[in-house]
Amino acid sequence: MATIVDITEEKALKVKDFEFMYAGADAPSVKKLNMPIAKHSITALIGPSGCGKTTLLRSFNRMHDLYPGNKYSGEILFKERNILNPKEDLIKLRIQIGMIFQKPTAFPMSIFDNVAYGLRLQGLKNKTELQGRVEKALQDAAIWNEVKDRLKHDANGLSGGQQQRLCIARAVAVEPEILLFDEPTSALDPISTAGIEELIVELRERVSIIIVTHNMQQAARVSDYTGFMYLGELVELGRTEEIFVTPKERLTEEYITGKFG
Amino acid sequence: MSNIIDKIFANSTKFIAFGILLLVAWIFTVLFEHSLESIEAFGFNFITEDKWAPNLEKFGALPAIYGSVISTFLAMVLAVPLAIGVAIFLSEIAHAKLKAPVGVSIELLAAIPSVIYGMWGLFYFVPIVRDIFGGIGISMLTAGIVLSIMILPFMAAVTRDAMNTTPDILKESAYALGGTKWDVVKDIIIPYAKAGIIGSFILALGRAIGETMAVTFVMGNVHKISTDLTEPATSIPVTLANEFAEADSGLYYSSLFELSLLLLVISFTIISIAKFYFLRRKRIGQ
Ligand SMILES: Nc1ncnc2c1ncn2[C@@H]1O[C@H](COP(=O)(O)OP(=O)(O)O)[C@@H](O)[C@H]1O
Ligand SMILES: [Mg+2]
Repeated sequence: MATIVDITEEKALKVKDFEFMYAGADAPSVKKLNMPIAKHSITALIGPSGCGKTTLLRSFNRMHDLYPGNKYSGEILFKERNILNPKEDLIKLRIQIGMIFQKPTAFPMSIFDNVAYGLRLQGLKNKTELQGRVEKALQDAAIWNEVKDRLKHDANGLSGGQQQRLCIARAVAVEPEILLFDEPTSALDPISTAGIEELIVELRERVSIIIVTHNMQQAARVSDYTGFMYLGELVELGRTEEIFVTPKERLTEEYITGKFG
Repeated sequence: MSNIIDKIFANSTKFIAFGILLLVAWIFTVLFEHSLESIEAFGFNFITEDKWAPNLEKFGALPAIYGSVISTFLAMVLAVPLAIGVAIFLSEIAHAKLKAPVGVSIELLAAIPSVIYGMWGLFYFVPIVRDIFGGIGISMLTAGIVLSIMILPFMAAVTRDAMNTTPDILKESAYALGGTKWDVVKDIIIPYAKAGIIGSFILALGRAIGETMAVTFVMGNVHKISTDLTEPATSIPVTLANEFAEADSGLYYSSLFELSLLLLVISFTIISIAKFYFLRRKRIGQ
């Protein structure tokens, strides 16, 4: 059984006996996993490559449902409802639980249209309101000053770090309750990485954040809670400083001291 | 040793590439030479004159140009929406088990020699067009339909390939914002693949405009400009296929050569636009 710290805050998500198996795989990639996620805080998921971090993260917005044949069981409770329910409205779910990917994914459209995209999907047409929400999102993502004079330009002209912040702006524009980050800085240089980390910390006030990272320093720098996964299981979930200073599980200690990974 | 082989290889490929250029120039020169008599006789009037009367030694290319343009336009109007629909189905909607067999059959269709489309058109489409739209069935409309069926598989296959180049992560990003499949197709996949899609359409257009065998059977080779699509008509390649054997005067012969020169220029222009403007290797944003 995993060692899981008592979380005093409200929970953003509760994972119960969650198990996930990819189509065609012969063993589950996530095994009977239990994990609470604290609200308005940052939870980092660490662990060696292939341990199931991405798989778990993509279960939270049912991304896996885009591909046929994957099997999952257990419960993921969000606002007391099980989002794994086949009747769950995935469109609404994905508006409430946003996602940022490993690489920047600017859409082939202007900077403004990128940020307005999610709002327009929801039917927002009013120009002034759209403009206001786009500006606010870009400010929240700390990129407004860099792009305010070229909102009509193609978003693919931005640098990698700028594009990633644009993706964050696009995600916060629809005002999600949870944001999922899957190694959001793995394609970025150190300066852009620092910028994104700072931004993630600022966002915590308004959204609950789960971030997958292969970089332990990153987890230590940004997160309040850290979960260590190994071979599809959660080994330990604790306050970040405890995980890195006084881990309770031997496996966690070995991993953070670099004995394997 | 390997250095020498590299050099031989580099030089021989250079030679072949140069040879191809020479070949193109040669074809061009031959056509031009043979066209001279007609060019001198009619000048620019050759393309604006609508009378093609070999017995009077009068040769105007306008009906053939008109027929080429209209039949190709018809083919495109019919094939483009279908090709996009088939491509969307194959890249985004069809179940994995269906994708491969349907995809392969479409590629097979694209490989059918055009003369077979022509024969099939003559025996099966001409009566159908006659019954539904009237006329004798051999017509501009039939040519347009047969052409559209002929270019559809190529267009659908290439459009599908272009759509399939859209990175999953880009599509997922749109789904992650609450997009539906249709949103993702129209806002992400089609814009992302746009250049490739348009390029494939233009290549198909180039193929349709130069197509000979598929339309020779069903168009009728009548040099008359008519707005009634159920009337027989002609096109540049149809004229060439029908009349070279019977060209009995130098001017007739030369006029046919000038027609083929026209066709070559039109095809080159179309293919160049497709290649250089739309099918350039794309800069990948990520
Ligand atoms: N699409 C897939 N199909 C089958 N197996 C997969 C797929 N994606 C990941 N896996 C497997 O699931 C396990 C967990 O992968 P993943 O969640 O990506 O790990 P992590 O993000 O921790 O590196 C790995 O063993 C991986 O090989
Ligand atoms: Mg991963």
